[in-house]
Amino acid sequence: MADIVIDRVVKEFGSFQALQEVSLTVNDGEFVALLGPSGCGKTTLLRIIAGLETQTSGRVVIGGQDVSDLAPRKRGLAMVFQNYAVFPHMTVFENVAFGLRMQKAPQAEVKRKVERAAALLHIESYLDRYPAKLSGGQRQRVAVARALAVEPAVLLMDEPLSNLDALLRLEMRTELKAVLREAGTTTIYVTHDQTEAMGLADRIAVMYGGKIEQIGAPLEIYATPATRFVGGFIGSPPMNFIKVRCSHGTARIGDAALPCPTAAENLELGLRGEDASLGPSGSGIPFDVRVVEPMGSHLLLTGAIDGQLARIVAPPTAIVNAGERVGLTVDPARVTWIDGTTGRALARA
Amino acid sequence: MPARTSWIPYALIAPSVVFLGALFLVPLVQTIWLSFSAGEGFSLENYQRMAGDLNFALAIKNTFMLTLVVVPLQVVLALGMATMVTKLDKGRDLVLWVLTIPLGISDLAAGLAWLALLQNTGYLNSALYALGLIQGPTGWLSQETPVALFFAIVLAELWRATAIVLVILIAGLQLIPKEFAEAAEIFGAKPWTRFTRITLPLLKPSLQSALILRTVLAFEVFAVVYALGGRNFPVLAGEAYVWQNDNQNYGVAAAYAVLIMAISLAATALYLRVLRTRPEQLP
Ligand SMILES: Nc1ncnc2c1ncn2[C@@H]1O[C@H](COP(=O)(O)OP(=O)(O)O)[C@@H](O)[C@H]1O
Ligand SMILES: [Mg+2]
Repeated sequence: MADIVIDRVVKEFGSFQALQEVSLTVNDGEFVALLGPSGCGKTTLLRIIAGLETQTSGRVVIGGQDVSDLAPRKRGLAMVFQNYAVFPHMTVFENVAFGLRMQKAPQAEVKRKVERAAALLHIESYLDRYPAKLSGGQRQRVAVARALAVEPAVLLMDEPLSNLDALLRLEMRTELKAVLREAGTTTIYVTHDQTEAMGLADRIAVMYGGKIEQIGAPLEIYATPATRFVGGFIGSPPMNFIKVRCSHGTARIGDAALPCPTAAENLELGLRGEDASLGPSGSGIPFDVRVVEPMGSHLLLTGAIDGQLARIVAPPTAIVNAGERVGLTVDPARVTWIDGTTGRALARA
Repeated sequence: MPARTSWIPYALIAPSVVFLGALFLVPLVQTIWLSFSAGEGFSLENYQRMAGDLNFALAIKNTFMLTLVVVPLQVVLALGMATMVTKLDKGRDLVLWVLTIPLGISDLAAGLAWLALLQNTGYLNSALYALGLIQGPTGWLSQETPVALFFAIVLAELWRATAIVLVILIAGLQLIPKEFAEAAEIFGAKPWTRFTRITLPLLKPSLQSALILRTVLAFEVFAVVYALGGRNFPVLAGEAYVWQNDNQNYGVAAAYAVLIMAISLAATALYLRVLRTRPEQLP
């Protein structure tokens, strides 16, 4: 059993608080993505779990054991570093073999496991080269292979695919997911790429400004963001936020009327671009189209609702022209209501 | 880039080439020439006189023994000190500054300082006498106590010149990103393994520089030895000095100088070979 409990972990660098009471539980064998913009504290949290950084307060428990005071090598985990940290003076083979060598594994086993990890990451043909001769993406794969080779119970990965080109990244993503699921590895995966997090993770923890904003399954986070930040960060295009007035439990925008929660002073309607369907002008929410971008799989419409910027996704065959006003129909069950003052989502009306 | 800019690098290094040529190459050639000339024309007479001298074998033996003891000790000490200094958070600059003070002291002054400590009526004997460990002034630096004299010189050299190795190694350690040691630690390497498998190999270029510099300087050791032991402990550079000044025989002095240079060059070549870092293994 290698579940991870992060219990009210705080990290201060001098007077700067990088992590503010972060709590997170990762179940045995679960794949959790830490998703957030650059500088939100993802790497810091990962390094605290690994033991490379000491938390200012709080506990880290792995497999039921409080590891807060344990050296990194005694925590039974493997890690992929954001800047690879592939040893320059060792061949790719020796890099991948490093953890096994430290465990004093017999040569035959080292060879077998290194070759297996190398095959998985498509680096078999560089095994006897030195890292200096490899591209960033190749080094990154060496770093991932080094971590997989020890078959860890807990795997920490810090943006492990960020330097691969789009196609390879997609392929690696799929394979990584399959391998880790099969091995039952408890994984924490740091990324700032939401599609990666959505595709890989059992659950996503969205971080912002040293806090976890929301933890949940990918679709849950997508459909019901807990804060304005989460809605805006997840999804492409990001969620639209339209300031509306709620009177007597009804918000009116043009001809449309939506039931709304009355609790908030400043109310915002959170609307996903793909949750609105197009109709003729005069029906539903009026949307002034300014730019039409054909994306192949869909049309991306940029324009304004009630004078506020909005992006709407339309079917690729829709006939819309810039400068036109169209009407949007919205399912009240699929919108999010945000308290504009606190930025938190409100319970549905 | 267009070819017409290609003379600029040469123009930029020209002053230093001229400088080196005038102040280094010319005297060097002159010394070599001097060492091979006696009477008229080319001759090995100076070398024969050097090799036939009573002190020659002793000077070779002493110089090599001193180098073989002092340089490895200095590297080990400096590695230990550098590792500790780079681990300090606060007061690091102050510690480094104190440790490097001996670098600012000339080697003769350093030798005289150690003489004041170790001579018959020196501070060491006063302290030992006060503790009742010796009965009166005791000589440590005479011909009768060659072992004590040797260790006194080793001690003085360690004190005087370990800091230069330290400075080079600290600079080298700072060039190694900390992620390498961290990754090694995550994958199960204990501190000593991290040091031998990660830090030392990555420090090799700096170790090479430090070893070359220190070894060459160790083969030239003179002032400290002279201050502490006079000719009780003959070394190569000391013999060159004696032939030059006491015997007024510039040819034999030049032969000693050329010999020291040859030994230094051989040592440098050895280090360059044994401690070379293949370009693909650089970070
Ligand atoms: N050693 C450190 N000293 C001071 N500030 C740090 C240190 N490490 C990280 N920080 C700060 O903590 C914040 C979070 O950093 P990091 O965890 O690397 O973010 P992320 O990985 O999400 O991009 C950043 O503002 C960063 O500047
Ligand atoms: Mg980071």
